[in-house]
Amino acid sequence: MSAATEIKTLIIDGKDVSARPEQTVLEVARENGIEIPTLCHLDGLTDVGACRLCLIEIKGQTKLQPACVTRVEEGMEVQSDSERLRKHRRTIIELLFAERNHICSVCVANGNCELQSLSQELGVTHVRLPYRNPELTVDASHERFTCDHNRCILCTRCVRVCAEIEGAHVWDVMGRGAGCRVITDLAQPWGESSCTRCGKCVQVCPTGALYEKGKVGIERPKHPEFLPYLNLMREAQ
Amino acid sequence: MNLEELNQIADAVRAENGKYDYAVNVCQGTGCLAQHADQIQAAIGASAAAAGKNVQVRRVGCLGFCAAGPLAQLEPEGHLLKGLSVARADEVVSSLGGSPPPGLQCELSELVEKQVQVVLENSGKIDPEKIDEYIERDGYQGLVKALTELRPVDVVQQITESGLRGRGGGGYPTGLKWGMVAKAAPGQKYVICNGDEGDPGAFMDRSVLESDPQRVIEGMAIAAYAVGASKGYIYVRAEYPLAVSRLTSGLREARRRGFLGNNICGTPFDFDIEIRIGAGAFVCGEETALIASIEGLRGVPRVRPPYPASAGLWGKPTLINNVETFANVPPILRKGGAWFAKVGTAKSKGTKVFALSGKIRNTALIEVPMGITLREIVEGIGGGVPEGHSFKAVQTGGPSGGCIPAELMDIEVSYESLIQAGSMMGSGGMIVMDDSSCMVNVAKFFMEFCMTESCGKCIPCRAGTVQMFELLAKICEGRATMDDLDLLIDLCSTVKEASLCGLGQTAPNPVLSTLRYFKQEYIEHIQNKRCPAGVCTIKHEEVPA
Repeated sequence: MSAATEIKTLIIDGKDVSARPEQTVLEVARENGIEIPTLCHLDGLTDVGACRLCLIEIKGQTKLQPACVTRVEEGMEVQSDSERLRKHRRTIIELLFAERNHICSVCVANGNCELQSLSQELGVTHVRLPYRNPELTVDASHERFTCDHNRCILCTRCVRVCAEIEGAHVWDVMGRGAGCRVITDLAQPWGESSCTRCGKCVQVCPTGALYEKGKVGIERPKHPEFLPYLNLMREAQ
Repeated sequence: MNLEELNQIADAVRAENGKYDYAVNVCQGTGCLAQHADQIQAAIGASAAAAGKNVQVRRVGCLGFCAAGPLAQLEPEGHLLKGLSVARADEVVSSLGGSPPPGLQCELSELVEKQVQVVLENSGKIDPEKIDEYIERDGYQGLVKALTELRPVDVVQQITESGLRGRGGGGYPTGLKWGMVAKAAPGQKYVICNGDEGDPGAFMDRSVLESDPQRVIEGMAIAAYAVGASKGYIYVRAEYPLAVSRLTSGLREARRRGFLGNNICGTPFDFDIEIRIGAGAFVCGEETALIASIEGLRGVPRVRPPYPASAGLWGKPTLINNVETFANVPPILRKGGAWFAKVGTAKSKGTKVFALSGKIRNTALIEVPMGITLREIVEGIGGGVPEGHSFKAVQTGGPSGGCIPAELMDIEVSYESLIQAGSMMGSGGMIVMDDSSCMVNVAKFFMEFCMTESCGKCIPCRAGTVQMFELLAKICEGRATMDDLDLLIDLCSTVKEASLCGLGQTAPNPVLSTLRYFKQEYIEHIQNKRCPAGVCTIKHEEVPA
């Protein structure tokens, strides 16, 4: 860090905090023990601002902003938790549950799922919306891993980790709206794709959509925390 | 190229036109062409030759009165003919100089009177593929003036002074946007013209591109000079093949005349334009999604800021404006910003093109001054709803807008007043509805549109529009309860506040505005299981025996 870096000060939930100018509100909040819920964000990957769970209120702005891509500004006053934000977050979680076939009791990720734990933290006790029950496929063509579209929330972490960290860009998204699917290569079966078998996508998947064959969630916790370290070592080279 | 050379070209065109006793201008917009306007033009030409009359039969752009096509305008009398056919070509030719054939003449008094044409000033008057005809009507004088007399900062000043605001719907001050791109870090910059017009019932940009493509090219070149860009893109949807072909030939002509390329008008200014054709996604009209699409990526929006003005196409400062916005630029440069600002209201200046459609007598492409009332548009220009029906509401702003009820018909057309009424200016679609339209069904229609056009990136829009559509369908079918209505309102607020881009943020507007003015219709569907307009098919549950 150069000596000329101008440190910014701002207020998050009434707490005075300091930050480097390139930091996001989310980073600074977490540094200071303020938890803002996220699903698409993962330390070490670029942010896309897609899950909308990390929306925050900024004093002087009527629009809500995603904390993961909002840069800090001098004198900014941020509210990371309010009745309005909680309501939107709960609704988003409900929308996710109703969108595909999320049934925790029969999921490989049960007890080790970010969607599940977030819904508990946010107090989502039931889903008011009708389940859509779409007919979705399971791709078990890969020798080591399985992709179950029923449990995918389209956070695109797998897409980003494959393109940005592994450098293979096997994963991508096809389709539009509710018809979106994550795909390998040009929608070929995973087992026939150019997959390098590194397993990073499985480690970063927040739900049971991507999992290692023969392992159930609690037996095999995922380890997405290797990414920032990997990035740091790469920069050092 | 300088003003003198422009005048020489214009004089040559005038001399050519002066050789003829009469002219028949046959509309060759998409609507008229679909009814074989090209064959009609050929038939009139053949008939004139056979009759030995000295007639110039010309292809022109949209004549505006689309539902009555195929259209043609006769000169020098100025009669507008409607419903032409090949069979009546002889009659048209023999009537030249006298009164038009019976049944073919349009009654246009009000349709024409209340309009003020700035963007459409050449539409229906010039051959869209002949740059010299554009030059004859003062075309490219604005660009030549800008390049030879003004500094870039003066050009931005003219636009700021004009009070022009983005015509794509948002209404962002154009001068401010140009100033931001001009002030961004020097180096490679881009100018993009957004021609991805996708609102149901909207065809303003298509008509401008088909009828007067040079106007958009000139506007972009002026913008490029003002902001310091050397490369431009026009993004047009693939569903507009005629616009694409006329733009392609327009760009070729502009290069031939030296208005694009290197050292334009003998100055150090270089600029060229490429066409990019969309693949049918509505969301690509959103500026960041459009930029991603030009870059060859999947057309999904990204979070702003950074705005394209600072980091746009390939991360470079990018000016992105709508077709109609660029089309307003040449006359502003030619006549000055103050001239433009004379028309309109305090905050909304100039004119706006609307595609007037729905339950209305005169389906037309119109250009009206800002500040005109909705009543003047619907009852005056549009001629009101068909006989035997009563006017109910007008929908503006497409799937992002809302329905304005009959009791608010005297509000003026401006960015602010339409937002206050729960709708928005939008890109210019105006759909008129009468008592045979069910407002719940209208809301369902637009929600279905948003649902299928959602890109799927953010959850509130991707999953929320699906749930809202299902709830609306439930209400329409008489299966809903009042709790469902509460849930719908609750979802509206989350989708509106939490979605990533404009598509999701405005998707609930058709529901919210119909709930605001026509809540009784929703309740009627839910409690009495009946559709007041008789549109929805109520599914009655079978009573067990």
